[in-house]
Amino acid sequence: MDHSETIISAHGIESRVWRKGSGPKLAYLAGFAGLPKWIPMLDALATHCEVNAISLPGFPGGGRGHLQLDSLFEFALATHDLVAAAGCRGATLMGASVGGALAMEVAAIWPDSVGKLVLQSPFGLYDDANPPTDPWAQRGDKVDALMCETEGAYNALIAAPGNADAVEWPIETVRAREASARYLWPNSATHVEKRLGRIVCPTLVLWGDADKVQPPGYAGALRDGIAGPVTVETIAGAGHMAELDRPDAVADAVARFLRA
Amino acid sequence: MKLMWFHLMPYTELPDDFRDNHPSVWVDIHSSLFDPQRAHHMYNDFMDELEFAADCGFDAICVNEHHSNGYGLMPSPNLIASSLARRTKDTALCVMGNSIALYNPPTRVAEEFAMLDCISGGRLIAGFPVGSPMDTCFALGQNPSMLRQRYLEAHDLIMKAWTEKDTFAFNGRFNQQRYVNIWPRPVQRPHPPVWVPGGGSVETWRWCAEMEYVYCYLSYYGYKAGMQTMMGFWDEMKRIGKDMNPYRAGFLQFVGVAETEQEAYDLYREPAEYFYGRCLHVDPRFAMPPGYTTEATQRAGIESQVGRAAKEQRTNIAVSKSAREYDAILDNGYVITGTPDQVAERLRAIAKEMNVGHLMLLLQFGNMSKQLTQYNTKLFAEKVMPQLRDLFDDEWEDHWWPTPMADENRAKVSAPRMMAAE
Repeated sequence: MDHSETIISAHGIESRVWRKGSGPKLAYLAGFAGLPKWIPMLDALATHCEVNAISLPGFPGGGRGHLQLDSLFEFALATHDLVAAAGCRGATLMGASVGGALAMEVAAIWPDSVGKLVLQSPFGLYDDANPPTDPWAQRGDKVDALMCETEGAYNALIAAPGNADAVEWPIETVRAREASARYLWPNSATHVEKRLGRIVCPTLVLWGDADKVQPPGYAGALRDGIAGPVTVETIAGAGHMAELDRPDAVADAVARFLRA
Repeated sequence: MKLMWFHLMPYTELPDDFRDNHPSVWVDIHSSLFDPQRAHHMYNDFMDELEFAADCGFDAICVNEHHSNGYGLMPSPNLIASSLARRTKDTALCVMGNSIALYNPPTRVAEEFAMLDCISGGRLIAGFPVGSPMDTCFALGQNPSMLRQRYLEAHDLIMKAWTEKDTFAFNGRFNQQRYVNIWPRPVQRPHPPVWVPGGGSVETWRWCAEMEYVYCYLSYYGYKAGMQTMMGFWDEMKRIGKDMNPYRAGFLQFVGVAETEQEAYDLYREPAEYFYGRCLHVDPRFAMPPGYTTEATQRAGIESQVGRAAKEQRTNIAVSKSAREYDAILDNGYVITGTPDQVAERLRAIAKEMNVGHLMLLLQFGNMSKQLTQYNTKLFAEKVMPQLRDLFDDEWEDHWWPTPMADENRAKVSAPRMMAAE
C-alpha cells in the first residue's frame, strides 16, 4: 500500500504530510535534505505504527515558509504547530539530523506535547574538542560519502526522478539545505544543552556508529542531560543518515522503543 | 568618462607552491603564510600607490572590503580611506564598499561613511555590496538565508540615518534601535552617491535602477567575459524605461601599459600569473552557501544554460574563467596589455561597447612591485588617460559623482607627503 498525502496548515504555513501504517501515531521530521521522495525506512516503520512524515518549512513539501521564520524559536514554534495540525500532539515525535534539532526543541519547550521522543543523530550540540562537520561547506561530490556509509545512498535520495521538473527539482534541493541553514547556521550549535532538563518524556537516542557529521559521542551528552528516561542505541555500519544506510535497523530500534 | 584607480591590496608573497599545497586563498588560508612585518611594508607600499594614483590625476581611488583573504588585505577599507582622505585633495574616494548586512547595527556604516565624507570634504562614493559568500557567510558567519533581507533592511536604515533630521526609532525585522541620530552627518546632501557592486542578477539591476544607484560589475575576468553581463544590464535598463546614461554603470579591468608591446608582455607576466594562479585559488566548498543565491537567479542560471551557449556563440564571447597561463589570460581578456596607444584604443572600444562611464582600473595586481605599479600608473595617466577623457562627456552628465565642498571652504591639510618627491 502506498502512503497518502495531505496538506495541512498552521498559522499561515502549509506543509505536506505523508501517512502510512496504523497503530500509535508517530510524527517524523526528516533529516538533511528532507524527504524529496519516500524512503524504505518509513515503510519498515509503518509496519509498527502510523507514520506521519511532516515536511518542515522550506524542506520538500514545506513550501517557502522558512522565509517567514527568523530564529530557532520561530522554527520550533512552527514545528510544534504543524505536529499538532497533523493530529500528532502527544504522540511519539521522531526527528533525524536537522529535524532532530527541532524535535528536541519542541520536547523541551512544550514537554506536554510529546509522548515519546526519538532522536536520530540530531543537530544542536557542539563540543569544541570534537565539533560537528560543517555540512554546508562541502563540495557537491563529497556530500554523499559524508552523509552515508552506503555509496550512492544520499545521491539517490536527492536524484531527480524521471518525471521531475528539471529546473525546479535542483532548486528545491538547495532550498532544503537553505532551510536547515536558516536555523542552524553557522555551526549548528543551538545551545539545547541548557534546555535538555526540560525534556521529561521517554527518549530513544539513535546514532550511526560511523556518523561523520555529528560525532556519535554526543549521544552521551543527551543521555546525561535529558531529564526523562533515555535509551541510547548505536546503529552499526551506519553514517549520519542511518535511515538510508540501515533502514530496517532504525525501524526495528524505534519499534522496540514504542513497545517498551 | 571617469578613470578610477582600484587597489585590492593582495598579499604579495604567497609561496610558489600555494596552489598545490594550500586548499584556498580565502576563508581558511593558513596564518603561517602571513608575516605581519612584511605586511607592514605591503600596506605602506599600497597606500603610497593609491596616493601616487591620486597625484597622477585619476578621478578616484578605490578600496574594497574582504575578510580572511590572501588577495585582499582590507577587512576595513574605511581605515585606508580615512588616511587617503587626509593625504589627497581633489580625488574622489570610492569605498567599494562596506558589506552593510555585516554591521550590527548598520548605523555603524552610516556613521563611518559620514566621517569619511566630512574628513574628505564631500569626496566619498559609498559602495554597498552584499558581499561575497566567502566574506559574509563563511569568514564572518552571516546566515546566507537571511543575508539579502538583512542587506535591504540595513540599506533602508542607513539611508534614513543619513537623511532624517530628527532622532527616530527603527523597528526592523533584524535591527531595532530606539534612538537613531548619527553624528556626524555627511557633507553631501542628501547623501553620498551610492554604488552597488554585484554579479549578473536581474534583481540587483532593477533595484539599482529603482533607487538610481550605479551598478558596478567587478569581475576579475575582463571585458570579454563581462560583455554579456553588461549587455544584460543595458537590456534591462531599456526594458524598464531608463535612459542609457553610461554613468549608470561601472566596470573593472586589469591593465598593464609599457613603452613597447613586448615590454608590456614581459613586465606583466609574473603579476598576472601570480594573481590568476594563486589569488583566485578558492576552495569551491566556500562558493555556494545555500540561500546566498536567490531562487530567481538560480532559475535564470539553469534556464539560460542553453540560451547562454547560443548567445555566446552568436556574440563570440564564450570566455573561459579558469585560465592561469599568461597567454590564455591575455587571450581571454582578463588583462589588457600593450603600448599606451594600444591600451587606449582597446579601452575606448570596450567602454563604448559596454556603455560604461566609470572605468575602474587595476593597475596593481598580483605581486606587482611598487616600482612597476607606479610605472604602470604614470604611463597610463600621461598617455592613455588623455585619449579616453572625452568619451561620453559631450552627451551625458554624471549624476552619480561626488559633489565636494568648494575648494575655498575646505581645510588646509598639512599631512606630511614624502612619497611624491620620490
